[in-house]
Amino acid sequence: MSEVDKQESTQVDALASETLDAAVTAAKEAFAAAADLDALATVKPAHLGDQAPLSLARREIGALPKDRKAEAGKRVNEVRQAVQSAYDARLAALQAERDERVLREEAVDVTLPWGKTPRGARHPITTVAERVADVFVAMGYEVAEGPELEAEWFNFDALNFGKDHPARQLQDTFYVGDEDSNLVLRTHTSPVQARALLHRDLPVYIVCPGRTFRTDELDSTHTPVFHQVEGLAVDKGITMAHLKGTLDAFARSMFGEESGTRFRPHFFPFTEPSAEVDVWFPEKKGGAGWVEWGGCGMVNPNVLRACGVDPDVYSGFAFGMGLERTLQFRNGIPDMRDMVEGDVRFTLPFGTEA
Amino acid sequence: MRVPVSWLKEHLELSDDVTTDALVDAFVRIGIEVEDVEPLGEVTGPLVIGRVVEIEELTEFKKPIRYCRVEVGDVDLDDPDDLDDADADADDTAAQESGEDDEDVDPSRPRTNGIVCGASNFAEGDLVVVALPGAVLPGDFTIAARKTYGRVSEGMICSAKELGLGEDHSGILVLPSGTASPGDDARDVLDLADTILELAPTPDRGYALSIRGLSRELACALDVPLGDPAKIEVPEAEGEAWPVHLEDPEGCRRFVLRRVTGLDAGAPTPWWMRRRLLLSGMRSISLAVDVTNYVMLELGHPLHAFDTGTIKGDLVVRRAKQGEKLTTLDDVERALDVDDVVIADDSGVISLAGTMGGAGTEIGSDSTDVLLEAAHWDPASISRTARRHKLFSEAAKRFERFTDPQLCAVAVERAARLLRQYGDGTIRPGRTDVGEVPAAQAITMPINLPDRIAGVRYERGVTVSRLTQIGCKVAVGSGDDGTALVTAVPPSWRSDLVQPADLVEEVLRLEGYDSIPSTLPPAPAGRGLTETQRRRRTVSRALAEDGYIEVLPFPFVAPSVWDAFGLPADDARRRGLTVRNPLEADKFQLATSLLPGLLETVQRNISRGFRDLALFHIGQVVLPAEGKAVAPDPGVGARPSDDEIAELEQSVPDQPQHVAVVLTGQRQRSGWWGSGDAATWADAVQAARTVAEAGGVELRAEAADLLPWHPGRCARLVVGDATVGHAGELHPKVVEALGLPKRTVAMELDLDAVPLRDARPAPSISPFPPVLLDVALVTDDGVASAELADTLRTGAGDLIEDVALFDIYTGEQVGEGKRSLAYKLRFRAPDRTLTVEEATQARDAAVAAAAERFGAVLRG
Repeated sequence: MSEVDKQESTQVDALASETLDAAVTAAKEAFAAAADLDALATVKPAHLGDQAPLSLARREIGALPKDRKAEAGKRVNEVRQAVQSAYDARLAALQAERDERVLREEAVDVTLPWGKTPRGARHPITTVAERVADVFVAMGYEVAEGPELEAEWFNFDALNFGKDHPARQLQDTFYVGDEDSNLVLRTHTSPVQARALLHRDLPVYIVCPGRTFRTDELDSTHTPVFHQVEGLAVDKGITMAHLKGTLDAFARSMFGEESGTRFRPHFFPFTEPSAEVDVWFPEKKGGAGWVEWGGCGMVNPNVLRACGVDPDVYSGFAFGMGLERTLQFRNGIPDMRDMVEGDVRFTLPFGTEA
Repeated sequence: MRVPVSWLKEHLELSDDVTTDALVDAFVRIGIEVEDVEPLGEVTGPLVIGRVVEIEELTEFKKPIRYCRVEVGDVDLDDPDDLDDADADADDTAAQESGEDDEDVDPSRPRTNGIVCGASNFAEGDLVVVALPGAVLPGDFTIAARKTYGRVSEGMICSAKELGLGEDHSGILVLPSGTASPGDDARDVLDLADTILELAPTPDRGYALSIRGLSRELACALDVPLGDPAKIEVPEAEGEAWPVHLEDPEGCRRFVLRRVTGLDAGAPTPWWMRRRLLLSGMRSISLAVDVTNYVMLELGHPLHAFDTGTIKGDLVVRRAKQGEKLTTLDDVERALDVDDVVIADDSGVISLAGTMGGAGTEIGSDSTDVLLEAAHWDPASISRTARRHKLFSEAAKRFERFTDPQLCAVAVERAARLLRQYGDGTIRPGRTDVGEVPAAQAITMPINLPDRIAGVRYERGVTVSRLTQIGCKVAVGSGDDGTALVTAVPPSWRSDLVQPADLVEEVLRLEGYDSIPSTLPPAPAGRGLTETQRRRRTVSRALAEDGYIEVLPFPFVAPSVWDAFGLPADDARRRGLTVRNPLEADKFQLATSLLPGLLETVQRNISRGFRDLALFHIGQVVLPAEGKAVAPDPGVGARPSDDEIAELEQSVPDQPQHVAVVLTGQRQRSGWWGSGDAATWADAVQAARTVAEAGGVELRAEAADLLPWHPGRCARLVVGDATVGHAGELHPKVVEALGLPKRTVAMELDLDAVPLRDARPAPSISPFPPVLLDVALVTDDGVASAELADTLRTGAGDLIEDVALFDIYTGEQVGEGKRSLAYKLRFRAPDRTLTVEEATQARDAAVAAAAERFGAVLRG
């Protein structure tokens, strides 16, 4: 109170330049002395508030003679701006300091583990089957599917397996139902090819991924339930060179640009000529090399005839690979059982794509 | 088939520089699989022929031991001091024991060595193979002089196995007298610089199960001349060898007999023949038996030798009669099937044709009169008999793959001559040769068909030269339209050549598959994946993204699982079809549900220490219709009729694609961040919604009561009007019966029953602000929240955008048997900013609808 009184009592001096300079100096010192934003807020009214010396000085201007008003107003404004910018600068500095501190204080241990929401994964057999399907879809093929429990006619007869062919016998095939049911768990996905030839318009270009069954005991290299992917192309003028080209393209898409295939003559009832296919696998353990991959050949004319296709007009090729085997060497899976037991530790690392 | 390379080369005009590797490559190139290449084991050091001079039986040991004086010629040892330090196997035959100190060995070698031997299949005067101290046998088996069984053994008398000649370890190897002299280097006598190939010809090439066939394959592959070992002159016969009645010309096309008498029953098999049998994996039995085996390996035609003296009356070839039995050579009495082809005499069946002879007419150690038989049996019939009796003999293996019917008389002649030569026998002038073999059918095809199928332009003349090379009689002509044709009559041993494609394969494989170029076919534009296929992928991904791990259990279930599920006797899920030959005897049903397989996988994971599990499986189940499933069996000569195809397809039971999940333990895991959340019934139901949403359809849950679920925590999953599956918590009794963690939850639905959505229409998005109002309604606690929400939605009219349940309260404030459900209602108009008054009116209408339908009361 006495401060104000004093100022009022020396009102003429309020506009004196020494007085104004002193006010500026006092303000700057006070702002600089404010250690944090709260302190700054506390000292602010004394220098920029209604009762601050400069505010009071401005009020004095009205009392001045007209010719001095402009000059005094200008001077007071200049001084006030100086105080304001000193304040703003200090405010910005203190805010920056505070922000920095807050961020520093909010720091956490980013290496802490997080596993609240568990991850899921798709089985690599599923994803590799999709990948194979995609490769062939990109070549213009369609994906054909069929039942796992099949009529023997589709699984054997239509595919040129004679009634006494060894593969029909109990040691290889799961027989289902009564003795005369003629139903089997399909031993390959080839019955899908027979169904496709019976129903689709020619030409036919299909790929058939699916689950298949043979009476092998489960061990590190065999499983009674496994997956195959087969392909079939029936068109005019199809040659074994087309088969080779298709499998080479397939191999490159699965195993890289350096890959390719090699054919060795073989026997299958449903193809003639037939071949076993080796694939060049650049990542093979112990160095790039050939790996047995599957079987293939030119569709046996007997199969075409049984499915109502004239073998004098059309020819075709077919091929088949085991997906477990493909995965086993491509991904280095030591034991076939890992793929069938459903242990979550096996599937999890594959994520949603294999 | 195991074949020594030296035998393969015998009939080929090969230059000496053709290596074994080159032969292996040639076989692989033309399609004869080479399963193994085994060079005979290397023997270093002194390996000599010895003659047993004296045998002393040592009887004081647990087993019979012999101490022999063996004449081994004049042998110089490099370093007699180095005789004792090897660690020898404690081997039955060698009877050498380690751990005993050696005694002084006389460094001046005697002409006879004292050798301890545990075998007793030899006599004084026999020629044997002796590994002298310093010799190293295959398997790094070092021989040293050592004291054993109280004697000093100066070497070892070897068995065939120890010499790496075969698996025969039943006694030591005794060579026929005159084969060599004591002291001869046994390496030369045994021809140890040989290699065994293990070959696996494909089942269509029966002829390749012989030296004759394999040599022919090599001749084709290497383009060298072949000397056919079957080129034997078969002399004119005088009369029958034995009377035969061929009553089953279908099961037996040709039957040939030749008789050899005056055989020296004790005549040994010559060493060269025994060696080949040994290396081919066959034991030497007696000259007569060895000769039949040898001819089978050489020519590919199995033979049978009867002891003529045991045959009673005429022979008859026929099918077995009901109730007939035969004791076969392996001393097993077999009940015969009326489908079995047999050879019988007056006493009954004496041989299971083409598969195994009978014990009663077997050649014995005193047989001097032998009837040799070679017949052409029906392959399918032999195959059935072999499987029926589980008799996969070397003979059956060849007969079921087809034998050359022109070879019967040749094979018998070859065997008879060997018996005459080595057994001092007399070939009787008669020969029985009955039956008729149909002539091979000529195959005609365009001469460039191989080119067209391969996609290669072969050199002119390739088709003719290759077909000639494999033994076809080939003629060239032209068709009516001027097409150049080739006509080939397949050789008698190639029953697999019946159509042009078969000839094409011969040309292609002999020209080499590596000459086929790589080109892509002109596939038309495809339609991409079907909606069903795309949806299955989406569903699979959605579940995986939601934390589920995919597993692929087998579809085989034990019916006891349905008992654990508590299913009533007439539940359709119990009607799984039976697998007639299951791998696990109790798991003989095909799954009608994915849950048993999933739960078993859960148990396996739990047993391996993982309790927090979320698993899914997408797969087919087999749902048989009531009644018997029988698939028809139309022919294969042409396309079956449409009716037949429809009947075939309908005979195959429904196999819809199911999706199932199982959860145990925590769905959200606990950790340093705080506690987790246990998986509940709601997670199982939500999994179904996830599946439905992936397919773009809405799925409703309704209260249901179906085992194996908890009667109060089971939801029926409904899409449109169709029930597609169930979800919820498993019944506590099921959980207990299966040993699962408490409160295990599961969901299974039929994906095929969920309709596909053609298109997903875009919603219209209003840019105007919403009005949010809360209501809390008190109803009887039996009112389903989903139905209450539906009623609110319908009652609120067009302005309602969302109804969200945010709180459920039961307790004193609402009273016994009641509950309060609190909803957040979001209203919005498509074309204007909605006023609170309008929204309030709509809310009141919604509440009124709920009050009317469920007696719901607005909670104050």
